[in-house]
Order: sequence, then structure tokens, then C-alpha cells
Amino acid sequence: MTVSTDLDLRFRAAAAAEGLLDVGFDVVDSPIGPLLVAATGRGLARIFFDAEPGLHLDRLAQAFGPRVLRSASSVGSAHRQLDEYFAGDRSSFELDVDLRGAAPFARQVLDELARVPYGQTTTYGTLAAKVGAPNAARAVGTVMNRNPIPIVLPCHRVVGANGSLTGYAGGLELKERLLRLEGAML
Amino acid sequence: MEAVPAVPPFESFYVEHRDVVLGFLRRRLGGQAAEDAFQETFLRALRAYDRLEHGDYLRAWILTIAARLVIDTGRRAKPISHELPELPVEDGRPAYAQIEHLAGELPPTERAAVVLRYAYDLPYDDIAVALDSTPEAARQAASSGVRRLRSRRIPT
Repeated sequence: MTVSTDLDLRFRAAAAAEGLLDVGFDVVDSPIGPLLVAATGRGLARIFFDAEPGLHLDRLAQAFGPRVLRSASSVGSAHRQLDEYFAGDRSSFELDVDLRGAAPFARQVLDELARVPYGQTTTYGTLAAKVGAPNAARAVGTVMNRNPIPIVLPCHRVVGANGSLTGYAGGLELKERLLRLEGAML
Repeated sequence: MEAVPAVPPFESFYVEHRDVVLGFLRRRLGGQAAEDAFQETFLRALRAYDRLEHGDYLRAWILTIAARLVIDTGRRAKPISHELPELPVEDGRPAYAQIEHLAGELPPTERAAVVLRYAYDLPYDDIAVALDSTPEAARQAASSGVRRLRSRRIPT
């Protein structure tokens, strides 16, 4: 007895609509490959470049609670805005984010990161100075590497002091691609 | 070290048991009623899921929820023919509430077998599915559970 796709989707939508999920997720197609996007009642919480759900269910449950369920409606607005971003029709995201679990320093850095404008780059050192820790460029690099919501929190716009791309959790090629999409000078 | 979660992520639990639950509900209720009950069964499970203390016997747990729903659905259902007499209203608590209460201290397998057999009137084939064992083992678990209940001293 197999559950039909229609029945399955109806249950998933009802679960999200009733607000019963600790975290809902979906796999969203994009020009850079499928992305796993996850959101809680507070806002967008995770974007994974490796979109295989099996890799992330336990981590999502540990971070947010066991009621983890795939449901498109949980991430509807994030999905739509990501589509617009990749189509070149959106230069800033209007989404609440859920950064619980981030240490105070990381949160400060991520808040500052969110202000780096579309199509521009900044450096790890500049970001460190902006949060009042001018010598913490390396720590800022670590926060970028662990950014829970890449693309939306634009760590691809942070480069080395000499202008080199330096590093990216999704790979340097991807970092360059996102910057070119935004028309940044490289 | 991070704490080991008490239960698997709901997505894994749902994917593992959804077909069995639908099969059970189809046998009990048929077509559309089964689909309605399917959604309600997993919504009820979701409401309680973060309060579960362990992930043992999750299949028995979800089938118990489904079985209770079948009983509720039967209560709500109107008689098919107007000529059928009104059924007498049940006295006191429903049988499954009493048995669940009594069976509370049995070992988990026996408890599940007793509750599913005598409170929900499931056949041993379904109980075997719930316990991930055989109908014969389910029958033995139910009867040894009943023996244990009978032998227990009732406090006065």
C-alpha cells in the first residue's frame, strides 16, 4: 500500500499550515544546482549546497527539534526570492532569519555581513573592524566558513585584503559565479 | 558531545511508517475515509512527537494512534440506513482507555500487544506488523501480558 504523491503532499502542507514543525525544509532547484533550504517559525535557518536531505535531517533535528519535515510551503517565500535573485531580478532579500545557536560574535558578524550591498565586495578585515574587533579577520573567516545561510547572508561578497577570493564553503568557482551574477568587479 | 536525540527526525519516522499506516486504515475504513484518517493520524503524531521520551516501538505507537482514530471515526459515523436502531450510549470510559491504563506497567512489547489486541481489537496480523514480528509472537506477547496482569496483586 503506497501513499500517493497527492496524499503525501496534502499531509505535509497541513503539518506546515498548522504550525506543527520545528523546522520545515525543501529542495529548491537553482542554476548552481539543487539547494536544501530550511526554515523555522522564526525565519530562514539553513541553506545547504549539498541538497541530499539524508545528510542533514539529524543536524536539523539537533539544532531545532525533532519535528523536521519536508514541506514546500515552509520555505515558499525564500524559494521565490532565491528564484528572483538567480534570475537577476532581486538585489536584496526580505526574509527573517533564525540564527539561534550562533555565538554572540558570529551573530554580530553575520548581522554586519547582511549589510554588504549586492554586487560589492568587502574584506575579512573590514568586517572585523566593523564589529569592533579589527584584529579578528581570521575569526571572521571562520564565521564565513560556517555561515548557516549562504547566498542570503552574502559571505560570497567577502574577499581577502589583496582582492583574492580566498575561500568559500561551496567552492571558489561558486563564489566567483555568484559575484559575476551580481556584476561585481573581480 | 551533542545529546543523542530521543526520537528520529519526524521526516524519517513518517517515511518509514506511512505505507503501513495507510494500509491499516484502508483495511479498516476503506477509500476516502482512510485518506482523511491518514492525515489526522500523522498530525496527531506530530503534535505529540517532541514529547516522546524514546524512539522504541514507534510503529506500535503510530498504529495505536491510527486505531484510536478508527474508533473515533466509527462513533461519529451515521447509520447507513435510517431503519437501524439507535445504539446504546457507552457507559463510562471507553474500553481502550481502561486497558491502556491497566497495561501501563507491562514490558513494552507485551503492553503494545495487549493494548492493540484487547483495546483496539486488532487482528494478530496487524499487531505483528506493529511490533515488527510474527503473528504467533504477537499472540504470545498478548497472552503473556494478560497472564501477568491477572497474576498481579491488585492494591486495595
